[in-house]
Amino acid sequence: MVTVSLEVQILFAGLLFLIGLVGLLVRRNIIFMLMSIEIMLNSAGLVFVIAGSHWAQADGQVMFIFILTVAAAEVSVGLALILQMYHHFKTLDADALNTLRDKNER
Amino acid sequence: MTAYIPFIPAIPLLSSLIIILFGRILSKKIVAFLGVGSVSLSAIITIIAGINFISSTPENGSYTVTVWNWLTTGGFSANIAFSVDALSLIFCFVITFVGALIHLYSVEFMDHDEGFARFFAYMNLFVSSMLILVLADNLLLMYLGWEGVGLCSYLLIGFWYKEPENGYAARKAFIVTRVGDTAMIIGLFLLFINLGTLNINELMQQASLKWAVSSPLAILSAALLLGGALGKSAQLPLQTWLPDAMAGPSPVSALIHAATMVTAGVYLIARTHVLFALAPAVQAAVAVIGAATLIIAGFSALTQHDFKRVLAYSTISQIGYMFLALGVGAWSAAVFHFMIHAFFKALLFLGAGAVIHLLHHEHDMFKMGGLWKKLPIIFITFLIGSASLAALPLISAGFYSKDAILWFAWSSTNGSKWLWLAAYFGAFITSIYTFRMIFVTFFGEAKTEPTHKPGKLMTIPLVVLAIISLIGGFIELPENFGHFQIFSRFLSTTLPSVQLAGESHNELLFQILSAIASLLGIYLAYLLYFKKSSFAESFSNSQLANFFYKGWQFDWLYDKVFVKPLVWLSEINKNDFVDKIYTAIAKATEFLNSLLSRTQQGRLRWYVMVLTAGVVIILTFMLNL
Repeated sequence: MVTVSLEVQILFAGLLFLIGLVGLLVRRNIIFMLMSIEIMLNSAGLVFVIAGSHWAQADGQVMFIFILTVAAAEVSVGLALILQMYHHFKTLDADALNTLRDKNER
Repeated sequence: MTAYIPFIPAIPLLSSLIIILFGRILSKKIVAFLGVGSVSLSAIITIIAGINFISSTPENGSYTVTVWNWLTTGGFSANIAFSVDALSLIFCFVITFVGALIHLYSVEFMDHDEGFARFFAYMNLFVSSMLILVLADNLLLMYLGWEGVGLCSYLLIGFWYKEPENGYAARKAFIVTRVGDTAMIIGLFLLFINLGTLNINELMQQASLKWAVSSPLAILSAALLLGGALGKSAQLPLQTWLPDAMAGPSPVSALIHAATMVTAGVYLIARTHVLFALAPAVQAAVAVIGAATLIIAGFSALTQHDFKRVLAYSTISQIGYMFLALGVGAWSAAVFHFMIHAFFKALLFLGAGAVIHLLHHEHDMFKMGGLWKKLPIIFITFLIGSASLAALPLISAGFYSKDAILWFAWSSTNGSKWLWLAAYFGAFITSIYTFRMIFVTFFGEAKTEPTHKPGKLMTIPLVVLAIISLIGGFIELPENFGHFQIFSRFLSTTLPSVQLAGESHNELLFQILSAIASLLGIYLAYLLYFKKSSFAESFSNSQLANFFYKGWQFDWLYDKVFVKPLVWLSEINKNDFVDKIYTAIAKATEFLNSLLSRTQQGRLRWYVMVLTAGVVIILTFMLNL
């Protein structure tokens, strides 16, 4: 079994997080933004698993199962919101939803 | 024996409080019962007090009932105490007796008004305040009543507050009388600082001990009190509020703006007559102001079209007579004319109110006419009231009261032929405008049909007041008519009798002269307004008539002299230096806000970007440390 050093593992998780972050910043489609958030969440989960295997403790993997559960709930709420958004605004563009901006803006 | 005196003002006050608190849930019947009953009860107590007073008059002519100590601070103390003497009893009698009749009349007059309970609450509060005013034994308590009647006057003029003009008239009355009230309160301070008390009896004793005749302090304090009296009694130069005060319901005009409140000034001067006797210059001014007011208001009354405005100007004019009498030192003649005037002017206002009420709120006399056949009771009672106002010789009460003033204006030591001439000419004008009213309203062709007959509640007060207006004068007959003078003998315990000048004149000659003035005026009114002479038509279109109609343009003058400069001053004062500081603070805050609000543009990705940037910056710092 090929073992990869800890630095590489952490770097991989960081890279995954960065991909998610950039996706969140550059995409305007709300579904893609949600997916990007999922990627970031999973990268955080990956760090837990890496840490768990590094110290040979089960806690890391247990925590990942928690994160997975929370992510599932979050996605269901997120998707429901997206559905509502589409019903109301007939668009999936996140930039179109700027009604909360300050009206006094000059 | 005298413990019941405080109940005279307390009962209407209590009833007013009950109506204010529970007016919404009480039925109309109960409200009317409370409103009329409380004032009637006060009237009965007043009459009992009067009988007791006459049967066992105290030695010095007055007694005081102290209820409790109101306030004591430093060297000053004021009691809630009521002082009863001949003068306050007469005022109490008129207030409660005429007040009770007017309340009774109001039950029918205000029957369909949605503010029925509110009306009676205000009216009872007014009666209570007025009674406190006349019964108070110190000037501070009197000032409480003074302001109380001012407040009720304001509330009742603006009673139909949905019309903006009524609110304007109410504010005008309040503000104009406030000018006088301010002078009066300064006068009270001056009296207290120099004499150390506000108790009226002590004050009068102290004043005559400490101050010489015509000393500057006496003149100043008398002049300041006179200022208060001028405002309340609508005398020159503060008379402009009274004609506009007719915006209130007619019973209000009858009670407040004819019979009682506007004579508070007369009461004040009569009450502090010692002070005015110490300041002959001010007393002479009272006479001159009275004479000038009665002529000016008389001319204005000649040209009015609104039924109630004629009566309003006539009230100003008649109070002018009372001031004239006070000015020449004929104190009891002034109080006598006050009493008779209260009876017949209340009668005239109630009659006019009934006519206006029955003619769909038509105020213009020239749109009435021919009413004597349709409303006989109102016509007869109104005619009796008018006869009294025009001082029709021998039969009317007004003749005896006004003739006394005319006689004293000539014959007293302070009198002069000019004052007499003004009063005499005023009497002539009075009878013209009075019978102009009669001929225009009740004779000629009918122009508006009355809706229904007046009910019993309206006619009973009219008839009672008409009877009093006929026979009321017989309690004070001139000297050559048998010297039957209950009234001035009753008052002599409180007010000094008039000083006649040395030379004797034939009083009968003056009576015949004033009878001629009265009859000539009636005849002239008959020619002009019954026979419809063309002169009446051309006069009413002339510039001069318009000048009189506008009340000698006093409103215009005050607008130019006081209102406009004040508005101008506040306009330029709006942007002064202090304001600049505060506007600068506000401007700076607004600028900072606009800077920050730029970051709140509602774009999700921008927020994420800022968040990330923030995290990166914080991480950089942490790694460096």
